[in-house]
Amino acid sequence: MTTTSSSTEDSPPRLEVSGLTVTFGGLTALDDVSFSVADGETVALIGPNGAGKTTVFNAVCGLVRTRRGRIRVGGAPAPSSATGLLGAGVSRTLQGLGLFDHLTVLENVLVPLTSVRPGGGTSADAVQEVLGTLGLGDLADAPAGTLPYPERKRVALARALVTRPRLLLLDEPAGGLGAGDIDQLAQTVRTVSDGGCAVLLVEHHVDFVMDVADRVVVLDFGHVIACGTPDEVRRDPAVEEAYLGVPVGGAQVEPVETGREQSA
Amino acid sequence: MTPEMGPAVERLVFLLSTGLARGAVLALFALSLVIVYRAARAVNFAQAAMAIVPVYVAFAVTSASGSYWLGLACALVTGALLGAVVERWLLRLVPQDNPLPGIIVAIGLVMVLQAGLAIAFGPDHRPVHAPFSQRPFDVGGVSVLSPYDLFVLIVAAVVMGGFAILFNRTSIGLQLRAAAFAPETSRLLGVRVPRMVTLGWMLSIATAALAALLLVPTGLGLDPHAADVLFVNAFAAAVIGGLDSPVGALVAGLVVGVLASLVTGYASAATAPLAVLALLTVVLLVRPHGLFAAREARTA
Repeated sequence: MTTTSSSTEDSPPRLEVSGLTVTFGGLTALDDVSFSVADGETVALIGPNGAGKTTVFNAVCGLVRTRRGRIRVGGAPAPSSATGLLGAGVSRTLQGLGLFDHLTVLENVLVPLTSVRPGGGTSADAVQEVLGTLGLGDLADAPAGTLPYPERKRVALARALVTRPRLLLLDEPAGGLGAGDIDQLAQTVRTVSDGGCAVLLVEHHVDFVMDVADRVVVLDFGHVIACGTPDEVRRDPAVEEAYLGVPVGGAQVEPVETGREQSA
Repeated sequence: MTPEMGPAVERLVFLLSTGLARGAVLALFALSLVIVYRAARAVNFAQAAMAIVPVYVAFAVTSASGSYWLGLACALVTGALLGAVVERWLLRLVPQDNPLPGIIVAIGLVMVLQAGLAIAFGPDHRPVHAPFSQRPFDVGGVSVLSPYDLFVLIVAAVVMGGFAILFNRTSIGLQLRAAAFAPETSRLLGVRVPRMVTLGWMLSIATAALAALLLVPTGLGLDPHAADVLFVNAFAAAVIGGLDSPVGALVAGLVVGVLASLVTGYASAATAPLAVLALLTVVLLVRPHGLFAAREARTA
């Protein structure tokens, strides 16, 4: 898993971000950020708070206006509409999960399939597969709002996976999870990636990142300060400095995401 | 039911059965308010005026063609079109960040529609004939539902059943529910939220028009204000049911209909609105979000 898996030579990368610059008013949130994610590759975006990780994510999803640079999905300019992205095989989890609490787990998972067909196979197969993979089969008819937080996160992941995406964007997938759930999540990400899906994840939990990522892109103040395999990044002095001297790969760099919703 | 049944029981049976039939109409209209509330996140104060326009269309079509059913079909189509037109070309232009502008536009719309109807058709009551007899069946000496009441109950049951299937068993229904509770999340997941809002208005006004059409033969007749009292009672029922809940609208509509019928029978017609308001007050005091409200508030 640690070797850099490169795409087939002539096919374009699944996601290519080049020279991306985003400004909010006078503030430069991203400055000339470039990286790519190949099919079957998992790339993690890490960096201190405010480094621009989420902005990259939002730019890929067309939620913020880019000042310069280009974003290509499968060699074509990234669609900016939600339906366009889904149609191009791009799927994401949402910050704060964004579950429909009053809908059942099954209904939550079905919502993306109301506008796109899964990439390969029938909708029914895709739903059964994703519920099975994530251990949600028995919870299919439970209202999502009644589940504990780890299950809610799995529902959010199931909803992103059910379209069988070519590019999966995960927003802090390990945030708020315990060790057991994180191991399970890492296994799921590996399975998805082995299936040929490109995975881009934004994550604070560095152990998890080092575990699942083929390559790590480190952002600080909107710049890419390091990019490489987890081992390369771990040894990079610039990365250590950005994290204020805390060695990367030790304990978590920051407290786990506190965006825990009501988990009644 | 036996011929020995006392007059008091006979009266009760009659009032209960009539109340159910009136309640079915109320429930339909309350359901229409729930549907539009889910789509627009606001009570549509123009619902009565918007519902009565298609009834005039039905009246005109039925008068010209002699067919009640053709008139009914035209009312449904007109209601759906009116809902789409008002949402797309009027309410979408109104600022959405607070509910007041929408309410004021709705009140303006009421004036325009009701004045327009009075100009076009005259302000007088027009008697409207029911497609079935309104003479109650005589069951063992007791007057119960009329054939027309039975027709109203069946239509209401079919429409309610249709909505239950639409909302719970279809892709469109899932999108309508998702868009109603979390429009922004739904949009990110590919749901075409504006389309769902328009569809919600179309379904709502068509349903309201149907309710008004069913009501008119049992009242004084057709005039531009013929659905106003229906709106007030159905609004009370929708609030009692929880505004968000189709099941709540159904149950509360029937309860309000039966209550109004009993109070009218045992006290007076003038007391009935007070009884409805009293019920509304009690429910709001005990359960401020209504009887069947969703557990959690909707999110942006």
